[in-house]
Amino acid sequence: MIVDFFFVLFAVMAIGGAAGMVLARNPVASVMYLVMAFFALSGVFVLLDAHFIAAVNLIVYAGAILVLFLFVIMLLNLGRTEKTDLRGPLYRMLAIVSGGAFFGLLLVMLRGGHVTSMAGGMGQETMDAMLRARGAVGVVADPMFRSYLVPFEITALLLLVAVVGAIVLARQKAP
Amino acid sequence: MVNFLESFLRVAQHADGGYQPILPGLILLFPLVGFVINGLGAFLWRDSKRVPSLVGPLAIIGSFAVVLANFLAMHAAMPHDPAIVSLWTWMAVGDLSIGVDLQFDQLSVLMLLVVTGVSSVIHVYSIGYMREDPGYSRYFSYLNLFVFFMSVLVMGANFAIVFVGWEGVGLCSYLLIGFWYENREFASAGKKAFIVNRIGDFGFLVAMLLVFTHFGTLNFVEVFAAAPETLVFGGGVVTLITLLLFLGATGKSAQIPLYVWLPDAMAGPTPVSALIHAATMVTAGVYLVARAGVLFAMAPVSQATVAAIGAGTALFAATIAMQQYDIKKVLAYSTVSQLGYMFLAVGVGAFTAGMFHLITHAFFKALLFLGSGAVIHAMHHALHQVHRHDDPNDMRNYGGLKNVLPITWGTMWIGTVAIAGIFPFAGFFSKDEIIWSAGSYGYTVLWVVSILTALLTAGYMTRLMVLTFHGENRSGADVRPHLREVPAVMWVPLAILAVLSVVGGWIQIPESLPALPAVDALHHWLEPVMEPARQVMTEHGLHQAHESPLGGGEAVWAIMSTGLALIVVMLTFRALVHRRYRPASESETPTGFAGILYNKWYVDELYDRLIILPLLALWRGCWRIVDVGLIDGTLNAMASGTRMVGWVGSLFQTGRVAGYMFWFVTGVVLILALLLL
Amino acid sequence: MDIETYSLILSALLFAIGTVGVMLRRNVIIMFMCIELMLNAVNLTLVVFSRSLGIEAQVFVFFVIAVAAAEAAVGLAIIISIFRHYELVDVDRFNLLKW
Repeated sequence: MIVDFFFVLFAVMAIGGAAGMVLARNPVASVMYLVMAFFALSGVFVLLDAHFIAAVNLIVYAGAILVLFLFVIMLLNLGRTEKTDLRGPLYRMLAIVSGGAFFGLLLVMLRGGHVTSMAGGMGQETMDAMLRARGAVGVVADPMFRSYLVPFEITALLLLVAVVGAIVLARQKAP
Repeated sequence: MVNFLESFLRVAQHADGGYQPILPGLILLFPLVGFVINGLGAFLWRDSKRVPSLVGPLAIIGSFAVVLANFLAMHAAMPHDPAIVSLWTWMAVGDLSIGVDLQFDQLSVLMLLVVTGVSSVIHVYSIGYMREDPGYSRYFSYLNLFVFFMSVLVMGANFAIVFVGWEGVGLCSYLLIGFWYENREFASAGKKAFIVNRIGDFGFLVAMLLVFTHFGTLNFVEVFAAAPETLVFGGGVVTLITLLLFLGATGKSAQIPLYVWLPDAMAGPTPVSALIHAATMVTAGVYLVARAGVLFAMAPVSQATVAAIGAGTALFAATIAMQQYDIKKVLAYSTVSQLGYMFLAVGVGAFTAGMFHLITHAFFKALLFLGSGAVIHAMHHALHQVHRHDDPNDMRNYGGLKNVLPITWGTMWIGTVAIAGIFPFAGFFSKDEIIWSAGSYGYTVLWVVSILTALLTAGYMTRLMVLTFHGENRSGADVRPHLREVPAVMWVPLAILAVLSVVGGWIQIPESLPALPAVDALHHWLEPVMEPARQVMTEHGLHQAHESPLGGGEAVWAIMSTGLALIVVMLTFRALVHRRYRPASESETPTGFAGILYNKWYVDELYDRLIILPLLALWRGCWRIVDVGLIDGTLNAMASGTRMVGWVGSLFQTGRVAGYMFWFVTGVVLILALLLL
Repeated sequence: MDIETYSLILSALLFAIGTVGVMLRRNVIIMFMCIELMLNAVNLTLVVFSRSLGIEAQVFVFFVIAVAAAEAAVGLAIIISIFRHYELVDVDRFNLLKW
C-alpha cells in the first residue's frame, strides 16, 4: 500500500518534471525540472529494490551531469528568455502526433504480454533474500567485476577519451 | 646463351649436301648495329657527318660480304633442301609455336644478294646526295633499319617472321617517305603509303591465319611440303589463301588497286625511291608469290588473277607514265608497270622469269632513279645558288643537260635501253622471258598486252631522256652556269649499276637465240626451290608450248620485240628532240587525252569519291549517331538520372535536426507498427 | 497490475516525452537534456527487467550512465566551441553540413 502511494507520487513527479523540462521557457528552469524528474526516477529505482543504481543515478546524473549542464548554460549566459525556442504549430502537431503514436505503440507492445511476462518472474522473496545476503552494492558488484570486467575497464578508457576530447574541443584557441 | 650464340653464328639444322649458312646472324646484326649507332647519332652528334658516312654504308657492305660468302658456299654445294637457322622461340601458345627462324635456300640467298648489293651501292650514293641535309644521321639510321627488316623479310622461315619484316619495311618506307616531315604534303604522302599498305597487310594476316588453321604450322618448309596432300587442287581454301596473300602483295608491290601510294612515295629522298620504292621493298610482293609458289600453282584462279592484274597494271601505269612531267613520277609509274610484268610472270607460272626481271629491274631502275637523283641534285644546287624556287623535279625545267652531266647522261641511257628491252642489255633477257612465258603458256591477251607495254616503256623512257638531256636548256640563263656534274661518290654507284644493267641479263640466255651461248644459270640455281611448284603445274597439265599464239618460236618474237623497241626509241627520239618545250612555269596543263593521262586517269579522285568520302560520311554518321547520340546519350542520361535522385534525396537534408528526428521517429513508428499490428 | 508494469508504462511515457522534446525545442542544450531523459527512461526499463532476468541488467544501467557522462562532456564541449563561433545555440542555424 505504502509502496503504491510512493510509486504514484514519484511517477507524477517524474512526468511533471519531464513535461516541465520540455515546456519551460528558461533553460535553467528546464535543468531544475529535469533534476526533479531524476530525483523521482531514483525513488522509483528504490521501490524496485535497485538501491545502488538509485544512489549512482542521484550522484552521477542529478549531481554531476546536470550540474555540468547548468554550468554550461550559465557559462554561455543563456539564462535570459526573451522568447521561447519552441517550434511553430505545424512542428508541434507533428511532434505530438508522432510522439503519441510512438507511446501508443509501446503500450500496445506491453499489452501484448510477452514484455510483462518477462517482467514478473523472479518474485519479491528471491530479491529480498539476495539483497540480504550480498548487500545493495554486492549484488551489482558481483556480475560487474566477474562477467563484465573488460567492458568495465573499457568504460574507464571511454571516460578518459571523453575527458581529453572535451578539453581539446572546448579549449580556447590561441588567437 | 652459348646455344643462342652458336645458332646465331654458325649452326644450322636440316643441313644438306655440305652447305651450312655462314655467320647467318651477322647479316641481320650489321644493319641493326648501324641503325642503333646512327639512331643514337641523330641525337648525340647531330652535326657530325663522319660517323654516319662510315657506319651506314659499311654496315650494309659488311652484310653484303656475308651474303656473298653464303652465296658462294651454296653455289659450291647446291643443297636440295633449305637450311633453317633457329635463333630462338618467339612465341609458343598451345599448338602454335613460332620460332625466329631464318631460311637459307637459293631463293632467299639470291634475293639477299640483290637487296644487300643494291643497298650498298645506294648507301654510298647517299653520302653524296644527303650530304647537306640536317637529318643526315637520322637518314642513315632509317636506311640501315630498312635493310635489317628487308633481310628479315627475305630470310624469314615462316609466315610470321616474314610478316615482321613485311611490317618493318612498311614502317621504314613510311619514315623515309615522310623524311622531310616539316613539309605537310610529304608527311601525308608517308601516311598514305602506310594506310594503303595496311589494307594489303590485312590480306596477308588473314592468309596467315588461314594457313595456320589448315596446316597447324606457319613454317614454309612444312606448309609447302604438306600443301599438295592437305589442300585440294584449285579448291576454295587454297584459292582464298593465295588471293589474300596476293592482296598483301598488291599493297606492298603497288599493283591495281593499291598502287596509288607509290607515285606519292616519291616525296622521299631520291636514293630512298631507288632503294625502297624501286629495287627492293616493292618487289617483296613478287618474292612472296614466288616463295609461296606451290600454293599459287595449286590455285589456277588465283594464278589467272595475279597474271591479269599484273598485265593490267603494267599497261595502265605505262600509259600514265607517258604524260608525267615530274621525272620521279615517270620513274614511279614505270616501276609500277615493271612490277606488273613481274606479277604477270609469276601469275602465268614462270616464277623464275619473275625473279629474273626482279633482279634486272633492281639494277636498271635503281640506276635510273639514282641518275634522276643526280639530275635533281645538280638542279637543286644550281637553283639554290640563284635563290630560285622552281621545281627541280620537273623535266620541263631541264633540257640539254647532257653537256653538264655527261656521266649521268651516259649511264641513264644504258638504263633506258635496258628497261626498253633492247639487246643485249639486261632488260631484254628478263622481259623477253616474261613475254615468251605469257605467250607460250597460252595467255594470248596478256601476251599482247605485255608486248604493247614494252613498246610504251621504250616510248616514255625515251621521252624522259630527251626532255632531260637533249634539246636546249630551259633552266634559265642565271641557273645554267651553276650546273655541275655530281661528285664521284655519286657517279661511281651509277657506273657500277650501269655495268650491272648491261651484264645482269646474261645469267639466263635462252638456247633458242641464234649465235649466242645458252646460259641457264638462274633456272638451274632456283630449280630446287621452284621444283615443287613446277611439279604441281605439270601434274595438272600446264605445259609450256614451243610456239607463240601467233606462231613463231621464242627467237622470232625476241628479235621482233627488240627491233620494235629500238624503232620506238628512235622514232620517239626523232619526234621529241626538236620539239620546243617551255619551262614548267610557262606551260599550260595538258588537255584532252593527254590531260587524262597527265591526271593519272583520275584514279585518286575516283578513290576519293567512291571510297574515302563515303567512309568519312559513314564515320561521321557513326560519330554523331552512335557515339554522341547513343553512347554519350546513355551515359549522360544515367548521370542526370543519378543527379535527379540525389536532388530528391537532398530535399530531406534540410539541416534541421527536428526534421531528422521526425523522420527517425516516423521510421521507428512504422517499424513498430509493422511488427505489432 | 503490479509495480513492474506500471514502471514500464512510466518508462515509455518518459521516453515519448523525451522524443517530443527533441522535436519541439530549438535550444541545443535542452535537446541534449531530452536525450538524457530518454536514456534514463531506458535505465528504468533495465531496472525493471533486472528483477526477473537477473541482476546483470543493473550493470548495463551503470554502463549507460557512464556513457551518458562521457557523451555529456564531449557534447557540451562541442556546444561551447560552436557557441564561440556563432554566439548562439539555435540548432537550426548549425547547417554547414547541409547539402
